Amino acid sequence: MTDTLLSVKNLTLNIPTGSGTLKAVRGIDFDLKRGETLSIVGESGSGKSLTSLAVMGLLGKSIKRQADEMRFDDIDLQKANRRVMRDLRGNRIAMIFQEPMTSLNPAYTIGDQLTETLLLHRKVSKAAARARAVELLEKVGITAAESRLSQYPHQLSGGLRQRVMIALALMCEPDLLIADEPTTALDVTIQAQILRLLVDLTREMNMAMILITHDLGVVARVADKVAVMYAGELVETGPASEVFAAPSHPYTRGLLRCIPQPGKTERGAPLGTIPGIVPSLIGDVSGCVFRTRCAHARPECREAIPLRGDASHEFKCVHPDGALSEEGEVA
Amino acid sequence: MLPFILKRLGLALLVALTVSFISFSLLFLSGDPAAALAGETASGEDVEAIRRLYGFDRPMLVQYGEWLFSAVQGDFGESYYFKLPVASLIAERLQVTMLLGVCGILFALLTAVPLGVAAAIRPNSLIDRVALFLSVAGQAMPSFWFGLILIVVFAIQLGWLPPSGAATWRHFIMPTIVLGYYAMPAIMRLTRAGMLDVLNSDFIRTARAKGAGEGRVLFKHALRNAIIPVVSLAAVQMGFMLGGSIVVESVFALHGAGFLAWESIARNDLPTVQALILVFSMFYIVFTFLADVLNAWLDPRMRSS
Amino acid sequence: MTDSTDPLYQEIQGPSPRQMLKLRAFGHKGLLFGMGVVGLLVLIAILAPVLAPHDPYAQSLMNRMVPPVFMGGTWEHPLGTDHLGRDYLSRLIYGARVSLLIGAVAALISGVIGTAMGVAAGYFGGKVDAVVTFLINVRLAMPVVLVALAVVAILGGSLTVVVCVLGLLLWDRFAVVMRASTLQVSRRDYVAAAQVIGASTPRILLTEIMPNIFNNLIVVITLEMAHAILLEAALSFLGLGVQPPTPSWGLMVSEGKNMMLFEPWLVLIPGAVLFVLVLAINLMGDGLRDVTAPEGRS
Repeated sequence: MTDTLLSVKNLTLNIPTGSGTLKAVRGIDFDLKRGETLSIVGESGSGKSLTSLAVMGLLGKSIKRQADEMRFDDIDLQKANRRVMRDLRGNRIAMIFQEPMTSLNPAYTIGDQLTETLLLHRKVSKAAARARAVELLEKVGITAAESRLSQYPHQLSGGLRQRVMIALALMCEPDLLIADEPTTALDVTIQAQILRLLVDLTREMNMAMILITHDLGVVARVADKVAVMYAGELVETGPASEVFAAPSHPYTRGLLRCIPQPGKTERGAPLGTIPGIVPSLIGDVSGCVFRTRCAHARPECREAIPLRGDASHEFKCVHPDGALSEEGEVA
Repeated sequence: MLPFILKRLGLALLVALTVSFISFSLLFLSGDPAAALAGETASGEDVEAIRRLYGFDRPMLVQYGEWLFSAVQGDFGESYYFKLPVASLIAERLQVTMLLGVCGILFALLTAVPLGVAAAIRPNSLIDRVALFLSVAGQAMPSFWFGLILIVVFAIQLGWLPPSGAATWRHFIMPTIVLGYYAMPAIMRLTRAGMLDVLNSDFIRTARAKGAGEGRVLFKHALRNAIIPVVSLAAVQMGFMLGGSIVVESVFALHGAGFLAWESIARNDLPTVQALILVFSMFYIVFTFLADVLNAWLDPRMRSS
Repeated sequence: MTDSTDPLYQEIQGPSPRQMLKLRAFGHKGLLFGMGVVGLLVLIAILAPVLAPHDPYAQSLMNRMVPPVFMGGTWEHPLGTDHLGRDYLSRLIYGARVSLLIGAVAALISGVIGTAMGVAAGYFGGKVDAVVTFLINVRLAMPVVLVALAVVAILGGSLTVVVCVLGLLLWDRFAVVMRASTLQVSRRDYVAAAQVIGASTPRILLTEIMPNIFNNLIVVITLEMAHAILLEAALSFLGLGVQPPTPSWGLMVSEGKNMMLFEPWLVLIPGAVLFVLVLAINLMGDGLRDVTAPEGRS
């Protein structure tokens, strides 16, 4: 048993469109140890969700996936056939989605949907599967778990449905849980509860987690490692504590300024914004993709960008130390 | 769900009542039903005699009330032409039409649903194009012409099937295809659109993320949701088909209720025509009512409310 | 810092909505085929007196059932003659007039009735909506062919009667679609804005609602036109539609039916022409829907 659970090297995703190939994800590397939480951060359309779907093997047929390496435990995901992938999904890699309202099948009861996962992957009786479902519903904090089994999704609130989705993901005790913006669609008060629950559960079950989010506040509290994504590339990766203490890429710094920090952000002072919009990724994409919105952009930004930093904390920028003055960055 | 059923039942009864009034008033469309019944050569005295005999001299609403009162009890009066009780005449002929209708809708469902599903799985593929072509051609095909072509090819040229009549199950093959083909395009399009819609939904992604196989994803998770509206459509189409059986039955000389309708219209046999319009409407009303109830039962969101 | 030569700054210039519509229309084979065939048949119907080689009513008992030229006939009667010796091609050409006229007028009558009902139901809602929905239910419950046959039989078969009966029977789809479209449009902000500034109801209906449901209306008109043409043919085939000697394609199939055993072309030719016309109108309608609402079919 190796220490590294998931390893992705140079992952590229191309989507053919009517007006050219959309280079949605370009040259992404990351790895994850057992029990570790990696947070992928970035704004909408940066390719976070596509990356996670690529790991699950659930990309649409039209999307072309290339990578130097994609390994889960000792399984080569690129060579895995449909059978092998099916055995992994829901069993060793589970996923929670953003939209709890629509992620459960309206035609079946909660119990049917929970037990289905276990019955697909384990040789257990229906009664045992129901017992497991009740156990997990209780674990995710749902009261009267027994009676919930015969309810339909439309009878539950959004927060409850997301709890059901979490229970569903945990049915087979997966090694890796991918949570794609699990709290975005929920009320703020519920968001914190769900996040707390996820963190507790990963610790308790020694489960690795990829948490995809655009909310840096979430990352700071739960992640061991952070990968910041912008327009299909990783611009900065490193241990969460280091990235937050010393953000090196101008985009990461921009993102950090967009959230208020207690004690640091002055009352009434404007929060940061990052001007401009994400560039089109159709056609020739080279150099630093952030240069169109960056306050420190130079002509060299159009050339190949060097990878800087040490092995644990890396970033891509022409400016060597990254620690530029913040003047001019606040818009 | 009970309040829903009661409300729906009330609507069905109201629609039935309105239809009964409309089909009854057809009698008065010609102006003077007695004169129409007596024929052009009848003398004034004959017309008067008929008027009194059939009670046409009383107010229309009174006549309608009486007609409806007996109709509810299963008495539609006597056929002018056959000189038999209309109710027994229709009951006898209805068997053939019902058999044809059931075969037709089964044929339509068994061809349209698999085609629609296959087309939705691979949009713009060959099978999708074939399905689209069949549905577009089906909508444009005059059913009487389609029936005649089948007769020319399979009965006359190849001699495989009998051209007309209702004696054996082989007599029903061509009428079933013609009648079923009429309902196929709409069912196929709805199945395809529903499946496409459902296959793009989040819960299908959840099912795949669970590790469910493609077959399970398609049939257990997707089709179960996509089929709900198809059930209502099939009921509506079944109602339309029975009404449309008049054309098919006349092409294949199947002596069902549709053929009876054609005969009685051609012979000005108004009591029979009125009763048939009411009977065909009632079938539609009952089918759509049952479909709505079945629909509500199939959809958990409606079942529990 | 802005560098206009930087490729990342280049915005992708898409075509304008109007250009997109044009592009989609010209890229849509079904729409092009449908419009082409319908256009051609309309032209043929208009120019019937010029194009028809013979008088469609002229009987010639010496030349009965002459086969078409591709079955050993002569160019004197390219598509042969019927059981009364009338030139088949000429009758087909004049038959286009009957079909198109009935389709267009019936669709117009039912369109006016159905649109008025649907728009009223969708815009006013409440009791108006309940009544219209009820009427739609009643209408759908009545067997169209049967009722149309009965009415035509009572009133006597003629072009006018058939057109009126079909027009009065086929408004259901207009009402259903226009009701749904109006409901959708009247929830939009610009309708609320018009109400707020005190625009009158007729004004809102005409200037805010109608232009925005017009696309759907056009689609339904084409589909109902095809429906009316098919129904007329069926009624005429059953002998209770357009009466002889008027050249109606449905009637021609009916007249050819008895000779079907020996002369199948008498049935095949008018039926095929009818099929092509209805197919073309349907393709046109489907095409218009695809072009104006591209999300309709993926």
